[in-house]
Amino acid sequence: MLTIDAKGIYYRDLNQKVREAVSKGEKEILLKNVNGQYYIATGLRNEATITIEGVPGNDLAAFMDGPTLIVKDNAQDNIGNTMNSGKVIIHGNAGDVLGYGMRGGKLHIRGNVGYRVGIHMKGYKKQIPVIIAGGKAGDFFGEYMAGGMLILLGLDSSDKRPLVGDYLGTGMHGGTIFIRGGVDKKFCGAEVSVHELTDDDRTLLEGYLTEYCNDFKLNLLDVIKVEFKKIIPTSLRPYGNLYAY
Amino acid sequence: MPTTQVEGIAISPLLWRYFVKPLTEKSEREVANLEDDDFVVRTVMKINSEIDGAYVFSSGKNMGAFKGVGNPGEIARFFKIEEYDGYIWTGHTRFPTNTPGWWGGAHPFTLLDWSIVHNGEISSYGINKRYLEMYGYKLTLLTDTEVVTYLFDLLVRRHGLDIETACTALAAPFWKNIDDMPNDEKEEMTALRMIYGSALMNGPFSILFGHSKGLVGFNDRIKLRPLVAATKGKTVYMASEESAIREICSSPEKVWSPRAGEPVIVELEI
Amino acid sequence: MFKSLSLPEFLAKIDPVKCIKCKRCINNCGWSVYSWGGDKVLIDTFKCVNCLRCYHYCPEEAITILDNPVKYRKNANWGYYNIRNLKKQADTGGIPLTGMGSDMPYPVLFDSLLIDACQVTNPSIDPLREPMELRTYLGKKPAKLEFEKAKGGKSKLKTKMPPQIKLEMPFIFAPMSYGSISLNAQKTLAIAAKELGIVMNTGEGGLHEDIYPYRSNIIVQVASGRFGVNPDYLNAGVAVEIKIGQGAKPGIGGHLPGEKIPLDIAKTRMIPVGTDAISPAPQHDIYSIEDLRQLIYAIKEATNYTKPVSVKIAAVHNVAAIASGIVRAGADIVYIDGFRGGTGAAPSVIRDHLGIPIEHALAAVDERLRQEGIRNEASIIAAGGIRSSADAAKAIALGADAVALGTSALITMGCTVCGKCYTGNCSWGITTQRPELTVRLDPEVYAERLINLIHAWSHELKEILGALGVNAIESLRGSRERLRGVGLDSHTLDILGVKPAGR
Repeated sequence: MLTIDAKGIYYRDLNQKVREAVSKGEKEILLKNVNGQYYIATGLRNEATITIEGVPGNDLAAFMDGPTLIVKDNAQDNIGNTMNSGKVIIHGNAGDVLGYGMRGGKLHIRGNVGYRVGIHMKGYKKQIPVIIAGGKAGDFFGEYMAGGMLILLGLDSSDKRPLVGDYLGTGMHGGTIFIRGGVDKKFCGAEVSVHELTDDDRTLLEGYLTEYCNDFKLNLLDVIKVEFKKIIPTSLRPYGNLYAY
Repeated sequence: MPTTQVEGIAISPLLWRYFVKPLTEKSEREVANLEDDDFVVRTVMKINSEIDGAYVFSSGKNMGAFKGVGNPGEIARFFKIEEYDGYIWTGHTRFPTNTPGWWGGAHPFTLLDWSIVHNGEISSYGINKRYLEMYGYKLTLLTDTEVVTYLFDLLVRRHGLDIETACTALAAPFWKNIDDMPNDEKEEMTALRMIYGSALMNGPFSILFGHSKGLVGFNDRIKLRPLVAATKGKTVYMASEESAIREICSSPEKVWSPRAGEPVIVELEI
Repeated sequence: MFKSLSLPEFLAKIDPVKCIKCKRCINNCGWSVYSWGGDKVLIDTFKCVNCLRCYHYCPEEAITILDNPVKYRKNANWGYYNIRNLKKQADTGGIPLTGMGSDMPYPVLFDSLLIDACQVTNPSIDPLREPMELRTYLGKKPAKLEFEKAKGGKSKLKTKMPPQIKLEMPFIFAPMSYGSISLNAQKTLAIAAKELGIVMNTGEGGLHEDIYPYRSNIIVQVASGRFGVNPDYLNAGVAVEIKIGQGAKPGIGGHLPGEKIPLDIAKTRMIPVGTDAISPAPQHDIYSIEDLRQLIYAIKEATNYTKPVSVKIAAVHNVAAIASGIVRAGADIVYIDGFRGGTGAAPSVIRDHLGIPIEHALAAVDERLRQEGIRNEASIIAAGGIRSSADAAKAIALGADAVALGTSALITMGCTVCGKCYTGNCSWGITTQRPELTVRLDPEVYAERLINLIHAWSHELKEILGALGVNAIESLRGSRERLRGVGLDSHTLDILGVKPAGR
């Protein structure tokens, strides 16, 4: 295992060290004292597990294709931007615009997430991108979502904010959102509808949640004892009638 | 103005600091019926718009602005910032969005005891500017952020709105949400939007608004720019990124992201 | 002897091979161009106005309408209309009438203005997925909001908001009276206005009882003829408008001839059947700005201060000062009708030569009201040649709170801007009172088309706002910084308060 003390290191130098280590076959890397360095594991390929102590900067795991990242603390904005495969586990909260255009891989967040999470996430062939957030989410959750899966759990209800913000799934035209405890229709975008889960949905969901609970040492039964609701788009072409020819 | 030679800041404008008091005899002022604050504002506008090459960076009683073109650390050393004490500090480094950096265009933008630092761009600048001009403000600093300072001056000092209401006017709730409010609140918000439509700040921003009694952080109504707040003991921190807070407070007790348009209002404990 | 020495403008032709002699053209033409000759359709092409009703209703596409290839000799100075009008005047000794807005090729400044868009430094906003607000309130706005302490130390709103017209989008339908247009056309406007959450305007012809159900989407108008005006009428709509002038015919009145005043119109206008409905040029109780104030406040008294009062004027040379006076006189809304504004009937000499375009007038008025610190005292409606959402967006950026659509709305009902409204023969049933023609305009059907248009324009406005990186119409309103002029001289740019493109 390689340990790098990131304190005071310029992002470019830090990321260069990580890239070099992974290309030489390093499978386990620990980054200590990270604070705000951008682009950690951005564009990184190959199998490797990188554990991050401290708060990594924006664009963590952007275009990432393969590695696993474990963030012990909070993380910032734009995580998993256009990510292709791999996994990001965040033990704290994460910021805005997570998983923008994400095409594959997993983003597991223990805490709250910000605005525009899962925006324009898309599945492709066998790739199904998955974002699971354990806390609450801001507005525009799943905006323009075109594929993949977004799961919001709302496990900690200590603050008074609603579980999910306004404009949920606005412009959504593919993929599935599962919300633990359900959602008021008035917070949903015009393009989606809210459904009860089928048995197949439950099986699928429990599969994803089992992995999530393992990551954070949670009890699956506690998570699934509350009923989920499924949000899917009503049409694959919500704007088919918008234009005049 | 006490400054020191700093490598990297080769050229600087002539910086002068005056400790002045408005003429006590109102009749001796250019316009007799103005209150002190209005007189100062008018004088600042006059200098900025009429004296070629002269700009007022700072015109407060209990506020100082140190700004310039250069690396933030260099600017701080240049102004010997370590020699000052303060109970509220805002810091800012700027990628000049639309104009080349110049000393007057650096943040903060100040007027009286108001100071603004800003991340983003005010896309409604065109109408905000014309609205302010109707009230005698002259926008001379070639940057959108200037409007924010003057809007706060107009709404809070001259119109007497409390800070929370002023923030609500500047980053107003959507009609959709207003329509769902209880009647009293709906009436209030509808009036606020009707009256202050031209003051609505539209476009991406997060802003720190400092004044002698506190600090306010807020961002635009669809959260196009980030804002993070944190507390430790009796100190409040706000920044665009959490890592910036961690740089000066490595283990805050509470960290949160305010919702779009929801101001974080911090009042000084006296 | 000749029929007339003025040339027919159009040639209506029927392909004899395609024609199945179904006579639909004969039935559909309001101008009696076609008649039955025993074995074929006869054509009196002098009467054709190119309204295309026959073309659309011919099942065989056998009809073509051509510009008459027989022309007066080409002359850069003596154009077709000069010669034709002159000959008509020689024929009759009368004043040539015309309908709709001026078709003279004066420059349209909207076509020389381009709108800004965001790239990188400020982001555009996706208008389809993110909220985009077009809601607009018309009326006087206090300069500031005031609160007072209520019981329990809570602050309570102290400011009393003056009455407002709420519009879900910044469009209204321009005043067009029952008389100038058919009742079905008015119903179409009313149905659409209600569905859209905007307003239509009765014009000066009173309020027909069939329109009463739409009263929360109606502005009632008081003009110099005072047709149908009584206390009920004043209180019937959401606002009252005093009409001083009209862009197509500034400074002149009008008259609806007695033969066009059947029972129903007479009842609505509250005048005897068959008498001329005369609208004098001035309002005879307004000879000064003080008199205007007196009428504004008389209306406010009569409506117990519950309705905003609008004053509609034609855009004339001194419009900025006039508008300032109107606002100071207490108007809550100033409606400015530009030179290109439409009309049911106006002398062409007036329509084509008096007034100024809306772009100049609007820019001058908005700037003047700001300079005087009274822009909040009244809303501005811009009218007179709004052809598209782009025109609307540019007008709003120049300073309008909302724009009014007259001709655009009529085009959705079949109008082809043939300009012959004053004849009362409109084949589409719009500007006619002939029952066999008006019955063609089914209000429910045509309201749907009008609603489609306004929805489409609203979408387009939202696209423009999104491109500008703002999500509320008030961030565009008066934001001339977001306009640039192309090919405009520096005086014009100065009047518009707009920079040239590239700066």
